[in-house]
Amino acid sequence: MTTKITQRRGAQMLQKAAGFVRALASLALTVAITLIGLVALTFIIGHVVPIDPVLTVIGDKAPQEVYDRVYQEMGLDRPMIIQFLSYLGEVLRGNLGNSMVSGRSIGSDILRFFPATFELAILGIIIGVGLGIPAGIIAAVKRDTWVDHIVRIVALIGYSVPIFWLALMALLVFYARLEWVGGPGQIDIGYAYSFSRVTGFILIDTALSGSWDVFVNAISHIALPALLIGYYSMAYISRMTRSVMLEQLNSEYVLAARLKGASEYSIVVHHALRNAAIPLVTIVALSFGGLLEGSVLIETVFSWPGLGNYIAQSLLGGDINAVLGGTLVVGTIFVFLNVASDLVYKVLDPRTRALT
Amino acid sequence: MSAALQHPSPRQARLRAARSFARRFRRNPLGMAGLFIGLALIFMAIFAPLLATHDPYAPDFAARLTAPGWNYWLGTDELGRDIYTRILYGSRITIFIVALVVFTSAPIGLLLGVVSGYFGGWVDAVLMRITDVFLAVPKLLLALAFVAVLGPGIVNAALAITLTAWPPYARLARAETLAVRNADFVAAIALAGASPWRIITRHIFPICYSSMLVRVTFDMAGIILIAAGLGFIGLGAQPPLPEWGAMIASGRRFIFEQWWVAAMPGAAIFIVSLGFNFLGDALRDLLDPHAKVRQ
Repeated sequence: MTTKITQRRGAQMLQKAAGFVRALASLALTVAITLIGLVALTFIIGHVVPIDPVLTVIGDKAPQEVYDRVYQEMGLDRPMIIQFLSYLGEVLRGNLGNSMVSGRSIGSDILRFFPATFELAILGIIIGVGLGIPAGIIAAVKRDTWVDHIVRIVALIGYSVPIFWLALMALLVFYARLEWVGGPGQIDIGYAYSFSRVTGFILIDTALSGSWDVFVNAISHIALPALLIGYYSMAYISRMTRSVMLEQLNSEYVLAARLKGASEYSIVVHHALRNAAIPLVTIVALSFGGLLEGSVLIETVFSWPGLGNYIAQSLLGGDINAVLGGTLVVGTIFVFLNVASDLVYKVLDPRTRALT
Repeated sequence: MSAALQHPSPRQARLRAARSFARRFRRNPLGMAGLFIGLALIFMAIFAPLLATHDPYAPDFAARLTAPGWNYWLGTDELGRDIYTRILYGSRITIFIVALVVFTSAPIGLLLGVVSGYFGGWVDAVLMRITDVFLAVPKLLLALAFVAVLGPGIVNAALAITLTAWPPYARLARAETLAVRNADFVAAIALAGASPWRIITRHIFPICYSSMLVRVTFDMAGIILIAAGLGFIGLGAQPPLPEWGAMIASGRRFIFEQWWVAAMPGAAIFIVSLGFNFLGDALRDLLDPHAKVRQ
């Protein structure tokens, strides 16, 4: 009798495991197709460019035979599909090509600029989650009171304000007028050589230098862009949290808990929030991707040496390769964030687990 | 009268629905504010020459970088042009870009989404994978990449934004279509001999309209912000056009001394996009069937 049960249980678990593997495989396939599609998109964008890539290499004064030779060397005489496959192969090996302006490898350029963006995004998401989720919960619980209205309006303002303009105004007020924070850039010029760039994260590097002044100076520079990015993500997170929580609070199981006599605190924290946590994971993951986007404009305003600034500068320099490389990297991060949040969703939500 | 109450004609019913909608909309102060801002923007764009106090393009070096005051309400820029006048004319560019993007991306997304949802199978698989790819890149970044190859300019900026703006509409329209594809009324129309094209355009499109309208209204705010961002980076409208984002970019150099050059056009962007968000919020509360369930 007991052996039968264990056998059945074993078979069930095996079935479950097989289902999980199958779900993982189909997820991996979807991701692979999306990523190849992404490479295809950048390839297509790169090939409708009206700029002749041969001319950027040899200049427009080279004789015809040189032109023809370079044209062949660059593989431009091959069919489009072959060109695409070789491009795909290069990208898979991590080679994003070389900058059309500086000739440097785009991959290593991006690696060099990425930590600065990542650091800002991490700080931004900490601020966004730390303020946005509590604000959203309170707004949902106190629905249609003045607290709710304030949270909603603060969020709507964050949605509506041009972030680069807000950044300029913040610089004007807090840097130029009040002198509370440092200006554009990561650190005062006087401190620029007083620490070594080990990790690329300015706060860690300056902390490692052991000099308190340098560290404080770095904080005074990162505070404003981090707060702005944090506000931007808080607007999104608080709004989404509010609507997810409202949905939970109006559902029948909450009514049941109320009838049972559960305290308001217990209903919010133990029932509604636990269920809201699952969609919140996706929301936070998506907002992290949004921060990478917002960084293009924020970094431009703050002369922040990150990926966004790199892309903006490449755009102005007409360096299409670098722009597409950056787009590809951010797009890939986006896709993986989505996958990660999907997986977390599956692990957290018993219902989706049962379905697979 | 009582007979009409019991069996209202379609026209009466529609009229009544519109009236009740207007009544509920009027009770939403933020929605009314948004509507007012939207109408004010259109009014500004139409009557810009009458409302203007100066010439939007003619430089006046004697008056360059004048602070806001009696003569120049919002101050002047580095070429002595009146900022208030330029913002007025800039509203035309804003409306032009928003209209161009909305009237292209929403129909494209609607068509692709409905076709995808109605036919299913490999059509759905292919179209949705393409949609996924476009959704995988942040909007602003993708628009930047498109503008980089298309070249700067208002029309190219609008085109680039369109290419990034259609996927959410496609997703939305597909979801709405899936919900009704197997409904009895669709089967009945198909049995009556209607072609798929007729079913899609006459019967499924109208179902998508209200959720599309809500999405479009929210999107308008996003479009304005992306267009301004493109202008700010220098890839949208080119000088001397009074595009608001480009005006902020040119005022950036004077931000610490002559703050009004950058502050004023940014405030205009902010107010208009806030207005559309207010409007979108109000419309969603009234039109979105999912939101209604929640109340």
